[in-house]
Amino acid sequence: MMRLPPFRYIAPTSVSEAAKILKEEGPCAMLVAGGTDLLANMKRGQQTPEILISLSNIKSLHDVSNSSGLTLGAGLTLGSLLENDSIRDSHTGLWQAAGVVATPLLRNTATIGGNICLDTRCSYYNQNEDWRKAINNCLKKDGDTCWVATTSKTCRAVSSTDTAPALISLGARVRLVSADAERIVEMKDLYQDDGANYLQRHSNEVLTEVILEPLVGWRSTYWKLRRRGSFDFPILSVAAAVQTDGGGTIEDARIVLGAVSSLPLLSTEATEFLVGKKLDDDVIEETGHIMAKLAKPRGNTDLTPIWRKKMVPSFVNHALRELRGDDVRELRKRIAHQARG
Amino acid sequence: MSGSKKVQLHLNVNNEDMHVLVESSKTLLEVLREDLTLTGTKHGCELGECGACTVLKDGKPVLSCLLLALECEDAQIETIEGLADKDQLHPLQLAFAQHGGLQCGYCTPGMLMTAKALLENEARPTRAQIREALSGNLCRCTGYQQVIESVEEAAITIEETENSAAGVKS
Repeated sequence: MMRLPPFRYIAPTSVSEAAKILKEEGPCAMLVAGGTDLLANMKRGQQTPEILISLSNIKSLHDVSNSSGLTLGAGLTLGSLLENDSIRDSHTGLWQAAGVVATPLLRNTATIGGNICLDTRCSYYNQNEDWRKAINNCLKKDGDTCWVATTSKTCRAVSSTDTAPALISLGARVRLVSADAERIVEMKDLYQDDGANYLQRHSNEVLTEVILEPLVGWRSTYWKLRRRGSFDFPILSVAAAVQTDGGGTIEDARIVLGAVSSLPLLSTEATEFLVGKKLDDDVIEETGHIMAKLAKPRGNTDLTPIWRKKMVPSFVNHALRELRGDDVRELRKRIAHQARG
Repeated sequence: MSGSKKVQLHLNVNNEDMHVLVESSKTLLEVLREDLTLTGTKHGCELGECGACTVLKDGKPVLSCLLLALECEDAQIETIEGLADKDQLHPLQLAFAQHGGLQCGYCTPGMLMTAKALLENEARPTRAQIREALSGNLCRCTGYQQVIESVEEAAITIEETENSAAGVKS
C-alpha cells in the first residue's frame, strides 16, 4: 500500500471556524476539499501538510444559487455541477470544462474550488520522492533548478486546471475569506506567473465561492487537448466566450489558453481584435494566430511543446466556429469524448 | 502510519452498520481492506489513475484510494462483497462471466461497482454512455469491448426481470 504520511485531521463545520484554524496553525496546515489532487500529491511526498483542515462538513460550501447570475459553493463536486442542466445552458464553457476533468469517478469527489486551486504540474515534479531526489529536486520543491528551463529564476510548472480558463472567459470572481477579512478577486487576477507560487490567494484564506454575473448575449465553449479521452490533464485548452448583438457583431470577447504556461492566459489583444467584428473565417483564423503568440508550452508535459503550440490555432478555430453556430458536434465527440454536450 | 490519532468511525458497509477505530490518515480503501478485511476492493495505482478501488459512496462511484475514511462518517458504502444477493449473483456479475468481460479480474470489482451505479441511474444506457461511465476504470486484458457488451446484457436482464416481476410483457 502507498500510505499517506501522518497528519492531524480537523473538520470544522463553518467557514469562520476553518479560517480561524488556518490562521492559528499557519503554513503547516492545508485545506482539503475533495482531496483527489492533494492526497495523491501527499502520497508522493510532493505536499506534506502536518494538519489537514477538511472543508467537507461545511454545508454552505455546497450551495448553488442562480437567483441573480450564478453563485457556486467552492465545495460543489464537479459531478453535481454536471447534473445541473441550467448551468449547462447558461455557462456552457464551464459545464464542458467540468465534464472533461479527470474521470467520472474522480469528478464525484473533486470540487470546483479544488480544481481552481489545483497544484501546477510538471514532469520533473509529479514523480515519486526517490525520482525527485535523483535529480536533486527542483524549484517547485526543495531544489534550486527549474529543470525544464534551467536558466529560469521561477518555476515553470504548468497550470493544469480545466475550470479556471472557462471561468476566466466567463468573467467569474471568487470570494476569499480569512479570519480577519474578506475579499472578492477576479478569477483573471487569481493566478501569477510562478509555478511554485501560482495563486494570489493568501495561505490564510479560504476560497468559499465562485460568483458569475448574469450573462446576457454571451455564448461560451471549452476545448481540451490531451492524449487520451479520459483521465489526462490538459496539455492545451481553449476557453472562449463572446457576447454578440442580434446581428452577430461581437460586443465583447474573452479567449483564454490553459495548460501552456504557469497560469491561464487571457488575451487582451484577441478581445481588442474581435470587438466590432463578426466571426467570419478570416477573423477566426487571425484570432488563432493572436492566441498562438501567447502560448509558451515547454517540455514538461505529455507530447511535445512544438506540437502543442501548433495546435493552438486549430483549437481556437474549433471553439470560435462552435460559437458562430457551426455544427462541430462530431469533432467535439471525437476530441472531448463526451456522451453529452 | 504512526503519529496519526485513532478516531471512531461509523460506516454502513453493504447494509451493515460498522464502528471502526481508524487512524486519521487512512483512506477508505485501507479501512475496507485492512480493518474490515473486505479485500474484494482492489488496490491498483492508489493515485486515482486506474479505478480498481472503486466503491459506491451514497450510491455514487468514487475512488476509495483518494478518499479519507474519516470523510465517510455515516455514509452508505457498497463494495463488491455486497453485490451478489447471498448465492444469487448480480446480473452484472453473470453477464461479465458469460461475455468474457474479465480475464485476470483485477479491475472487475471496480468495473462492476461503476456499472451498477450507471444502471441504477440509466436503465438502458447507450454505448456512448457506458463508455463514458467506465472511462475511469482501466482494464489491460479485455480491450473493453466485452465489458461494454456485458453491461448492455445486464441492463436487458435487469429490465426483463423487473418487467416480469411487475407482470408486464416485454
